Amino acid sequence: MAQEFWRWKEYNWKNENIDWKGGSIISSGVDVGSVSSQAVILVDGELYAYASMRTGSDSPLSAVNAMNWALDGSGMKLENINYVVGTGYGRVNVPFANKTITEIACHARGANLMYGGSVRTILDMGGQDCKAIRCDEKGKVANFLMNDKCAAGTGRGMEVFADLLSVPIEEIGGLSFDVAEEPEPVSSTCVVFAKTEATGLLREGWPKNKVIAAYCSAMAHRVVTLLDRIGVEKDFAITGGIAKNIGVVNRLQKELGVETLKSKYDSQIAGALGAALFAKALVEKERK
Amino acid sequence: MIANFGYKDGSGDYFISIDTDKCNGCGDCVPVCPAGVLEIRDNDFDPLAEDKMAAVKDEHRKKIKYSCSPCKPEANMKNIPCIMACKLDAIVHSW
Repeated sequence: MAQEFWRWKEYNWKNENIDWKGGSIISSGVDVGSVSSQAVILVDGELYAYASMRTGSDSPLSAVNAMNWALDGSGMKLENINYVVGTGYGRVNVPFANKTITEIACHARGANLMYGGSVRTILDMGGQDCKAIRCDEKGKVANFLMNDKCAAGTGRGMEVFADLLSVPIEEIGGLSFDVAEEPEPVSSTCVVFAKTEATGLLREGWPKNKVIAAYCSAMAHRVVTLLDRIGVEKDFAITGGIAKNIGVVNRLQKELGVETLKSKYDSQIAGALGAALFAKALVEKERK
Repeated sequence: MIANFGYKDGSGDYFISIDTDKCNGCGDCVPVCPAGVLEIRDNDFDPLAEDKMAAVKDEHRKKIKYSCSPCKPEANMKNIPCIMACKLDAIVHSW
């Protein structure tokens, strides 16, 4: 079978320094997205474990798989978790969730922990939609909008280009700067038409990197127009898979004139992390 | 909180914004909409509070340009039933 260049790596992580048996509240968030699913486990609000996997065609199964992989090797079982919150596009498909919460609230809450309380604007560039969120110092949503009608500005659009140009998706960002001069952005907004346009550019003899640069810059521009509606207040952070693509992030920073915050956490776990924090808060509320 | 329901596409911006600081969940806007676009539901953007808010139904969210078109013959903001019905001025249309 031909190599699939869009196929990003799945991963999991565990904090070996935490003994979960000593924890009083074990909470978890599962974010079933259109492209990837994450499970995050917190012990008393400290990040203990997480896993990120591709969602595929069976959302409930992907939620179970992500959770099992996060639990893997810890000795912890699903029964040990006090509360699970499901979130994301497929939040109703988390079979073991105690409650579901919209991903907008979860992303704001998660980013508040990941990037600190100074975050006021969050841009979540997900697999199939793009969310712009304004929040307060506690991670409470103040203003938001979501665009999920169109794939421009999403990870799925980038996957399409990785495949078209036979470039592994992780390398796209770096390669987009390997151009003599910055090309005009791809003019089509729609991913399908953008792909058609890119095919034309390749036929005209454009090198791959130049086409990548044109697409990254189109994606950045597209998202800026979306952010215009809610306004960008500092500090600014990007979550989701595209946050790892410096080709888009750097162009976005340049166009907005705002730096993005860096985090020691993985940008893709923001939704699940926020869900796990809500799960913890809900347990505390119940125990009161 | 300002909740923007809708989308942006090649033809423009189509958002109905609900200001939850003004909206008290009274529901006056729901029956006046000829297309049944609005509903009252939990404010799940603030999961730890338990207040209600007006919101655009999920099935209309991605097509409100068309759902709302009968009320917008002249593309102005006058005489739009949901906006008129809201005594608290919590509803704004972007187009």
